[in-house]
Amino acid sequence: MTGMTRMTRMTGTTEPLLLGAVAYDPKVVTIWTGFRSWLTARGLPFDFVLYAHYERQAEDLAAGRLHAAWHSPLAWVRSQRLAAAQGTPLRPLVMRDTDRDLRSVIVVRADARHRRPADLKGETVATGAVDSPQSTLLPLARLREHGLRPGEDFRVLRHDTGVGLHGDHIGGERDAARALMSGEAAAACLSDASWLLFAQDGTLPPGATRPLDRTGPYDHCVLAVGHAADPDLADGLGRLLRSMDHADPEVRHLLDLEGLTAWLPGRTGGFAALAAAVTEAGHYDERGRITAPEYAP
Amino acid sequence: MTGAPDTGGPGGPGPVLDLAGLGFGEGAHLLVRRALAGLAPGAVLGVAGHDPALPLHLAAWCRREGHRMLPGPFPDPRVRAAVRRRPRDRDTGRRHGAERAGSPGPDGVVARPPAHWGPAARGALVEAGGPPVPFDVADRDIAWTDLAPRLYAHAAAAQWDPATAVDWAAPFTLPDAVEQAVVQVMTYLVENEQTALVIPARLLARVHPHFREVLQLLAVQAADEARHVEVFTRRALLRGGRMGTSSAGGRASLASLLAEPDFSLAFFLLSVLGEGSFLSLLGFLDRYAPDPVTRRVARLARRDEARHVAFGVAHLAHRADRDPALHGRLRGAVERRHDALRDTAGLNDDVFDALVVLAAGAWTPEAVARGHRAVRRLREEMDEGRRHRLARLGFPDDEAAELSALHTRSFM
Ligand SMILES: [Fe+2]
Ligand SMILES: [Fe+2]
Repeated sequence: MTGMTRMTRMTGTTEPLLLGAVAYDPKVVTIWTGFRSWLTARGLPFDFVLYAHYERQAEDLAAGRLHAAWHSPLAWVRSQRLAAAQGTPLRPLVMRDTDRDLRSVIVVRADARHRRPADLKGETVATGAVDSPQSTLLPLARLREHGLRPGEDFRVLRHDTGVGLHGDHIGGERDAARALMSGEAAAACLSDASWLLFAQDGTLPPGATRPLDRTGPYDHCVLAVGHAADPDLADGLGRLLRSMDHADPEVRHLLDLEGLTAWLPGRTGGFAALAAAVTEAGHYDERGRITAPEYAP
Repeated sequence: MTGAPDTGGPGGPGPVLDLAGLGFGEGAHLLVRRALAGLAPGAVLGVAGHDPALPLHLAAWCRREGHRMLPGPFPDPRVRAAVRRRPRDRDTGRRHGAERAGSPGPDGVVARPPAHWGPAARGALVEAGGPPVPFDVADRDIAWTDLAPRLYAHAAAAQWDPATAVDWAAPFTLPDAVEQAVVQVMTYLVENEQTALVIPARLLARVHPHFREVLQLLAVQAADEARHVEVFTRRALLRGGRMGTSSAGGRASLASLLAEPDFSLAFFLLSVLGEGSFLSLLGFLDRYAPDPVTRRVARLARRDEARHVAFGVAHLAHRADRDPALHGRLRGAVERRHDALRDTAGLNDDVFDALVVLAAGAWTPEAVARGHRAVRRLREEMDEGRRHRLARLGFPDDEAAELSALHTRSFM
């Protein structure tokens, strides 16, 4: 409470904490406008800007033009590399309870002859967009672990919807699922959440698919705080977000829209597998520069 | 995610849900949700089943719902996954701050239903939050009438089918001039019915759905007018296949009805004065109709109109009881409408002429005199009816006569 009192007093003089978010869907405006009113009503000077894609957001966070960023896991990996290269701090402030311990799956048609990942040799595998952690980078890394080199041991049928949105646009995954059902691909790479969604919304008929393999657990989005942020304001943001109560009707619809029931402390362990996959795929270099071919957000 | 007591862990014997072959694409979440709802927060449910996707789909579903998956192995060989129920029930959270939107019966109507109840059923448990829906007629004293539930039930029971309620093939022959007069009257009726359809339809969209019987009644009233439009059009076209004329003055009169924005004043002008006068007109057509089809459609419409007038009078009487200033506003509305139409030439003269010919039935001086007398009597009846209804709303006799006279040039 004392921290909040201090912030209230500082409101008139302090530069607001500026957060970046990517406008992957119109609801992003509703969510962050709602969060902004809620936060400022509680004494936190807070503003936000929207980006068309995560690459510029990561670059602006590194350059200090942003104090914080609502980041995809891939944007986190890039920000970490950019920060390390310039020797500036970066910390994971909070994450959604629903962003922990996701898995991706490699699914085949229920009647397919494929029993093991190795059976995909010579086949076509459908993925999402080039920059999707859940439906491209992580599952392809998983197949590499089985000795299957993408593009060499099997053909990758990529679905580049919303490039630069790091897979937030679900269209690429849905197209991958459809390519599997149409027979264009022998397997499809999906997040477990999307696989469930497609089973429930009828994109995939009941019982039509089965898992061939799955990745280990990983984490998804995270609120990253960069070197330009006032530490007190950043702490205040973390404290206020974590105090959001799903029982409060004022924030409930925002939490429902954003797809969480509670904010949890940020953690970085869940991004290690993705960092390794990024290096293997040559998506970014060690200094955080974009090196992926055919990647133009 | 801990702190709650364990009623059985993945290592101990806990409840087990067997999904058999049911997958999450086929509704498995319903059984899982139901099973978890029966457990204490923190308790563990074992899930069995042979859908190959089961553990992965269950994990994704649990993450979304806030439940926690527990790692195996499980002592019960049937169990393929274990779920620890979330500590605080999100549905309880959702119900936090919820309130009952009155109670379901007509006696459960509240004085001022809040805008965020929106279209929620009366008596429903309404979750807090949600957008305010701007229904501007949201005050029980303005929107509600105790008679509304009964009038609605009566209206719903009295619906008739234009295709079968009228014998469209009934044989008759009319002189050309009389048929033309019928066509002219029908054409005039249609434009009045279309106005009478639009007004309740517009007004009902402004009433808070909490007063549902009022909305239902107005919806059926609009449906009544839709049938009136149909049967009068069909009678007009029955022989010649052509409609009559529409006068600028008649439409000006109707436009002045449509222009009244106030909920109560609009019903006063439409139902108490306008449809009230229509009762006399339709009664006249029933009595003097030169053919059975005209008689039948007039009679059917008149029955419905009696209900519309009853609602208007009940609504206004209810309002007048609560608002002593209402009489002044009603008077003002009649005067404004009269002033707006003051310079309208020959308002409805063509209709009165057509009514004379229709009632005369022939082109002889005696027949025309008879028709003329009938129409004069009709105008007197309309005036008597209006004065009677104004008196019911509490106007003294002299003021009722004065206001009725201001309405004379318009039928509706
Ligand atoms: Fe009517
Ligand atoms: Fe009517």
